[in-house]
Amino acid sequence: MNDHGVEPLLKVKNFSKHFPIYSQGFGRQQIDVVKAVDNVSFNISPGETLGLVGESGSGKTTCARSILRALKPTNGEVIFRTNGKAIDLVKLTERQLKPLRTQMQMIFQDPFSSLNPRMTVGDIVGEPLYIHKLAKGKELIDRVDDMLVKVGMKPEHRQRYPHAFSGGQRQRIGIARALIMHPSLVVCDEAVSALDVSVQAQVINLLEDLQEELNLTYIFVAHDLSVVRHISDRVAVMHQGKIVEIEETETIFENPQHAYTRMLLSAIPHPDPDVKLVFTPLSDPTDT
Amino acid sequence: MAQNENKDIVLDIKDLKVTFTTEEGVLSAVDRVTFSLERGKVLAIVGESACGKSVTAFSILRLIQKPGQIAGGKITLYPKNKSPIDITALTEKSDMLYQVRGGLISMIFQEPMTALSPVHTIGNQICEAILLHQNVTVKEAEKLAIEMIGKVGIPEPERRLQQYPHEFSGGMRQRVVIAMALVCQPEVLIADEPTTALDVTIQAQILDLIKSLQRDLGTSVIFITHDLGVVAQIADDVAVMYLGRLVEQATVREVLKDPLHPYTVGLLKSLPRNETKQARLPSIIGNVPSLTHLPAGCPFHPRCPDSIPGVCDVGDNPVMEMLPNGRLVSCCGARKFKGATTV
Repeated sequence: MNDHGVEPLLKVKNFSKHFPIYSQGFGRQQIDVVKAVDNVSFNISPGETLGLVGESGSGKTTCARSILRALKPTNGEVIFRTNGKAIDLVKLTERQLKPLRTQMQMIFQDPFSSLNPRMTVGDIVGEPLYIHKLAKGKELIDRVDDMLVKVGMKPEHRQRYPHAFSGGQRQRIGIARALIMHPSLVVCDEAVSALDVSVQAQVINLLEDLQEELNLTYIFVAHDLSVVRHISDRVAVMHQGKIVEIEETETIFENPQHAYTRMLLSAIPHPDPDVKLVFTPLSDPTDT
Repeated sequence: MAQNENKDIVLDIKDLKVTFTTEEGVLSAVDRVTFSLERGKVLAIVGESACGKSVTAFSILRLIQKPGQIAGGKITLYPKNKSPIDITALTEKSDMLYQVRGGLISMIFQEPMTALSPVHTIGNQICEAILLHQNVTVKEAEKLAIEMIGKVGIPEPERRLQQYPHEFSGGMRQRVVIAMALVCQPEVLIADEPTTALDVTIQAQILDLIKSLQRDLGTSVIFITHDLGVVAQIADDVAVMYLGRLVEQATVREVLKDPLHPYTVGLLKSLPRNETKQARLPSIIGNVPSLTHLPAGCPFHPRCPDSIPGVCDVGDNPVMEMLPNGRLVSCCGARKFKGATTV
């Protein structure tokens, strides 16, 4: 995938996350394993947006979270490039990981449950700086104000609590919190799914503007294929823990190769009464 | 609207007003909403969250709970071969209201897990609906239930009838809810975001199912959704709501291909089209205002690109008007430029 001569920011190789299943009662024995993410490999170049799509339960969120080490991966390699060094995230201890956390951040789906209702917006956005001891006092406040303006809010919003804001504004607060340490990799886990259409467009535009301004790399996890098509450079389609197809966005939507991708694409209803939905599910019904 | 003369109307809603009493005063969640549903047609109610689309649906079944109440308007049901029923005039706990709920009008809810009882079998729950509304024995009810479950595409109906909701996947659960809603052959089916919680692939199947059942049974459907793609696939007519008001009503082709109200226009534009990498998505500026702080004049004017100072931001909010070409829209701009007549 390295056709531009640029070293990839993130190199994921044979990456798996398995969840053991135990028998019930005494003497819990492992009886089975769920391969939530199974032998996945891909690269992301700096400044690129990789869309990760699939149905619920396909492992896209688990994959994104394990890459950030929010979950401990079972095996594989995640080579993350920072300051000219390549580091395997899977092998690091928690302590070694902490300084790297400033480089990778996450934007969550639900703007109503991802913000602490008892903290002011200023505390929420400034907390990462405080934890990593990157700024304090006046400097911290200045940086928070800067960031709030960048995401389209006002410095005076710093004093208020999350409940005073609408869904779209809360998502902006979540974005400010994720970007305040100038990370290089941002995982957007269904970042716009909970928003109404008119507000969703604003947040998508904001994410694209910030990407250009701060040179961010996005892993964009979503189930809404038209949003993914709009924002992504490349798209990976996940099905039952495996990536079944990974291609340039245009190629995957115009000329999908895998049967599963074709089925997924055929299920999107178009907002045009003249385009009829013709959908045939794959022959193996996993839906029981 | 000169409607009842030549159209076969099954449900008629006139000037519906629903208010909620809160600490900040009385809010109108639904204000002067007027529309009618033709027999055998699918009417989609579209809008963003908190625009009053679910409240409208709930008031049709008289499910509005305190502190909310139906403050005005009239909802009339015209059942086949029966005299019309004025739903708003029915007293709570009257036999007629129970007949309407689940019998003449039934509802599919958004979240199939919360709509089903986790401690009763599927068969139990479907038979309950049958026994309440039809004069049949338990044996016959079971037979009807099995038949209906087969119709909604659940394999092995006899065995599945004995199972509990947790043994079903999301899509299958929604099929059960649909079976439950249609088993009494209602005149009107209200589907409140029935596919929002589902994956696109499952959504496509459920839409297909609702469409084919609707055709077979001749049910009239009110389909509530925020997804304009779904609207295009399933609806005959569309009503667009914003902040508790109806802003536009027309056929699906008219609304999606030639929207009149600036809100509908903006909504359609802000959808990411299936063309890759546009520069920017056109979006509607600002946020949906809170019902406690409704702007004067047209409630959409602070976000409207075509807002006319001195016209849109003063007075009462505009009412539904009919344009010379027969389209219904509530917009001051339409009144001024297109010579609309008040309905």
